[in-house]
Amino acid sequence: MQYLVSVIDDKTNSATSDEMAAIHAFNDRLKAEGHWVFAGGLASPSSATVIDNRGAEAMFTDGPFLESKEYLAGFWVMEAADLDVALKLAAEGSRACNRKVEVRPFL
Amino acid sequence: MNGVDVQEAITWAHREEWARVVATLTRRFRDLDIAEEAAAEAFATAVERWPADGVPPNPGAWLTTTANRKAIDRIRRENKRDDKQKEAQLLADDDPPGPLGAIDDERLRLIFTCCHPSLAMETRVALTLRMVGGLTVPEIARAFLVQEATKGQRITRAKAKIKAAGIPYRVPSAEDLPARVSGVLAVLFLVFNEGYLATGPGTDPVRHDLTAEAIRLTRLVRALLPEDGEVAGLLALMLLTEARRAARVSASGELVTLDEQDRGAWDVALIADGHQLVRERLAAGVAPGRYQILAAINAVHTSARDVRDTDWSQVVALYDQLVRLDPSPIIALNRAIAVAEIDGPEVALAAVDRLESKLAAYHAYHATRADLLRRLGRSRDSRAAYDKAIELAGNTAEIAYLARRRDQLG
Repeated sequence: MQYLVSVIDDKTNSATSDEMAAIHAFNDRLKAEGHWVFAGGLASPSSATVIDNRGAEAMFTDGPFLESKEYLAGFWVMEAADLDVALKLAAEGSRACNRKVEVRPFL
Repeated sequence: MNGVDVQEAITWAHREEWARVVATLTRRFRDLDIAEEAAAEAFATAVERWPADGVPPNPGAWLTTTANRKAIDRIRRENKRDDKQKEAQLLADDDPPGPLGAIDDERLRLIFTCCHPSLAMETRVALTLRMVGGLTVPEIARAFLVQEATKGQRITRAKAKIKAAGIPYRVPSAEDLPARVSGVLAVLFLVFNEGYLATGPGTDPVRHDLTAEAIRLTRLVRALLPEDGEVAGLLALMLLTEARRAARVSASGELVTLDEQDRGAWDVALIADGHQLVRERLAAGVAPGRYQILAAINAVHTSARDVRDTDWSQVVALYDQLVRLDPSPIIALNRAIAVAEIDGPEVALAAVDRLESKLAAYHAYHATRADLLRRLGRSRDSRAAYDKAIELAGNTAEIAYLARRRDQLG
């Protein structure tokens, strides 16, 4: 199964060099053990643009579709046999990036 | 076989076989929903057929086979467009039940899945009572005084999450086992406590159905994990607590505290069972966990034929051990109650007062203070503490007891 591990924070691009080193080491392990699918950090929600092209013409709106104090600051997509494996990896990811994370399965 | 005997056979089969049937079907179909529904249908079929056809020689095997057929019927109905190959596979997999050990292992899987840490506590309790205990949704809703629809939705959502999130159906690895077992024990202890100190104005003060169910499920976990000290500890704690049930509420529905209980009304068989478990853990020579220490404290109390024979220094020593393991203010409060018996109410009150910031919203904190203040002759302060305790207490028998004590103050 694949799981989205969301990093929850109230700021972005704020990892210290120690945190970055821990994240890289964790990513290397994910790759070595076959759990790696994709990962990345995201720019702040204020840099987002919402697009709605359901009507006649595409509408562009400045800003995120949802304003909140905490938001998605980065994520991993991981391959894991089941939720127990995913939770264990996510716990290590939370430790590595020093942030709260949320685990959600793909359909 | 007459009607009464058949009814008894069905009740017995439900008690003994429900978890096995659900567990076996969950293993096979990898779907709790299908397993639960098919098991319920199989028992409904038994109710219909056994009175006429007689009770089958092996009720468990009959129920498992019937439930298997029901599950396959449902899958066929839902997969009308599905290819023939899948159907053939379902039939080919129609294997006889495995050896007893393997099935026991499956019930254990079922328990760990229902008590998974990614589910909310209330959900774990409801799911465990339904899937492992075989209680119906209306029974569970009644037990926790909530709407049937609310409990039903909770269970449905939990089953959907288990499937969608890939919560595994297996016994955790050795390294995860202690933490996961303690999660299971927390669920069982919560069920027991809800029965033992039932809350709410309309309920019986002691819900025997819930305490009995918690003991039954803990016995099952104990049979499946006989080496686990904390499982034995929790079972002993439940047995030694349940043993005092008859003496704990008076004929007028008032709580009777340990020092005033008629010890002749205690259940000697349950006490013997509990003491046996405690002795077994002592002999194991392994550092005890919190349930084992709590069981040992209860063993000291139940060893005293008269409250005056209670070995209070032993009780305090056990609480000291417990405080090191679990520095929670509730443990400190209970320790202070034992300290009062050795060092007097004044020393105990000082210890209790230090807990105010953490326990001000807990009725037992105020009830303990009220009693210590009463013993110190500080009636006015005691009355205020009783008032506060009554305001916060949820158990009807306890409220009646506290009110009488308050009204007896000079």
